[in-house]
Amino acid sequence: AAMELQPSHGLANRVATLAAGYLCYRRGSPGRGLVLRSLRRARRQDIDDVGHKYYLELVLEDVLDKDSTVNCTAEVLYHLGSKNLAPDVQFTLEGELKNTDEADNVFYNRIRSLEKELVAENIPDSHGNVSPEMEPIRRLAWVASGYIIWQNSTENTKFHLAQIKRVKQVKRSDEYLEFDYMILLHEMVSQEIIPWQMTVLWHPQHGVQVTQDSRQPKHTSG
Amino acid sequence: DQVFHIVPETFQQVQHLQHLCSTLPLDLWKPQLPEDIRVGKDLHIRVPAPVVQEVKDNLDHHTISYKVLIPDVQELVDQSIPNERRSHSQVSEGYSYTQYHPMEEIYQWMTQIQKSNSELVTQHYLGKTIENRTMYYLQISQPSDKAKKIIWMDCGIHAREWISPAFCQWFVKEILQNYKSDPKISRFLQNLDLYVLPVLNIDGYIYSWEKDRLWRKNRSPHMNGTCYGTDLNRNFNSSWGSIGVSYNCSSEIFCGSGPESEPETRAVAQFIERKKGDILCYLTIHSYGQYILTPYGFTSKPPSNSEELIHVAEKAAAALMGKYGTSYKVGSTSSILYSNSGSSRDWAHMIGIPFSYTFELRDNGTHGFVLPVDQIQPTCEETM
Repeated sequence: AAMELQPSHGLANRVATLAAGYLCYRRGSPGRGLVLRSLRRARRQDIDDVGHKYYLELVLEDVLDKDSTVNCTAEVLYHLGSKNLAPDVQFTLEGELKNTDEADNVFYNRIRSLEKELVAENIPDSHGNVSPEMEPIRRLAWVASGYIIWQNSTENTKFHLAQIKRVKQVKRSDEYLEFDYMILLHEMVSQEIIPWQMTVLWHPQHGVQVTQDSRQPKHTSG
Repeated sequence: DQVFHIVPETFQQVQHLQHLCSTLPLDLWKPQLPEDIRVGKDLHIRVPAPVVQEVKDNLDHHTISYKVLIPDVQELVDQSIPNERRSHSQVSEGYSYTQYHPMEEIYQWMTQIQKSNSELVTQHYLGKTIENRTMYYLQISQPSDKAKKIIWMDCGIHAREWISPAFCQWFVKEILQNYKSDPKISRFLQNLDLYVLPVLNIDGYIYSWEKDRLWRKNRSPHMNGTCYGTDLNRNFNSSWGSIGVSYNCSSEIFCGSGPESEPETRAVAQFIERKKGDILCYLTIHSYGQYILTPYGFTSKPPSNSEELIHVAEKAAAALMGKYGTSYKVGSTSSILYSNSGSSRDWAHMIGIPFSYTFELRDNGTHGFVLPVDQIQPTCEETM
């Protein structure tokens, strides 16, 4: 039997953030970033010897176009006991996402035609500015961070990408684009800022992949 | 000045347009360089007013068709200048409320605000920070023979939440600019005094400008200077140290060595304690998350006036949403956020201030603490 949760409830929103992160990873690209706009409904079911299962109705919005929203239902299962198993997430989108082939291809071709590998720091800068050329780089990080968030969340954590500290393009002989990112994740409950390194692969037809990632020690400032 | 949109149809047209660019003072917007003009590719070019007719005649003569994309560039420029720069402001000539300002400039702003609005505004000493900087609050008070209740608002208790001090400054500006013309504001000031502390955690704020944009706490040294900072919003005497904190200095939610261990906390607490009989409402402004939070964080037991608190907060959230559609969640911290103890808002309510709220401003996580400057105005307008 599933118990109804208040959509404003802290726990329900942490689960929703996780689901949105996973969804963004699976469906995102440099031309498409998705973010949780609101949680419509949440139910919870405790399954003996298995874990906690949540049924969610979410509304996501396109980071590029706030008026473009998509409804989504998701099921999230947090496994009992195991700290190392990422939650299982399944989702269904209502309707179609906007086609971003053109934007993706423009970005792809632009990066492929660069003479020197792309390198950048502090995206956004302290005042929230992101140059237009860096917007797809930032969206790509947002999408890839969805993977990190999915793999490392519990019912008591709520992660958001706070800033890209550094990004370096890695030259490849095949058709994929590869970027090495150092990002800062903000965890809402502990309020910690966690540096995380991730290697991100992307191709317009093959989606986003995080091939390697590692949590970094916190920079203790004096 | 006008901006023309041309799509060259032949190579001759391309050559002619390139020639025009080199002989007349034309400003290519798209593409950036004349050598990138191509057949079939969009061309956007700004034509200075003195040569508009000449260019039009020239294009007609060469049967090159064009559309006027922008008939008056200056008009467009004027429209994009934010309101407070255009209108007369006896508040602070030239101070931009849609930019983030470093502490030096905020200090200057406070002095200037008092000078230009001395009939209403006085600047007062509150205390000193751990690094010995002076904390000031502004009192906005209409002279009157009747005793008035107080609304207190503090911003910037957490260093990285830059939109918060930006809001306090905006708030002061709005009140001062409109108290004569806006009946709501003028009635407000007839009955209430406003006390605004634009930056509570001054040392932390400066540190977030100079060293670490995502710093949160103050800058008090611990463990022989090997670790810095207490979370000021875990340092108040409201079930201090009981839940949602860390006793470890390296944590972002380190609650300090004891309740009110920090000079910044003491400065605020002592003042509010002294005036508590007259304070009707305590507001503390944070980011991000889009919440209006009511007591308590350290327990799920609702405060005695819970219904009224929630009712007022829901009205506020509805009004806020009416401006730009931004949705804010309303509820107690312990239920809609997480458990925490030692918060200023909880303490204010516990000592008897009936209306005590934490505002968590924009956004929802897309930008988080690093909210872009173009969101300062809408955030402040809707929160107003």
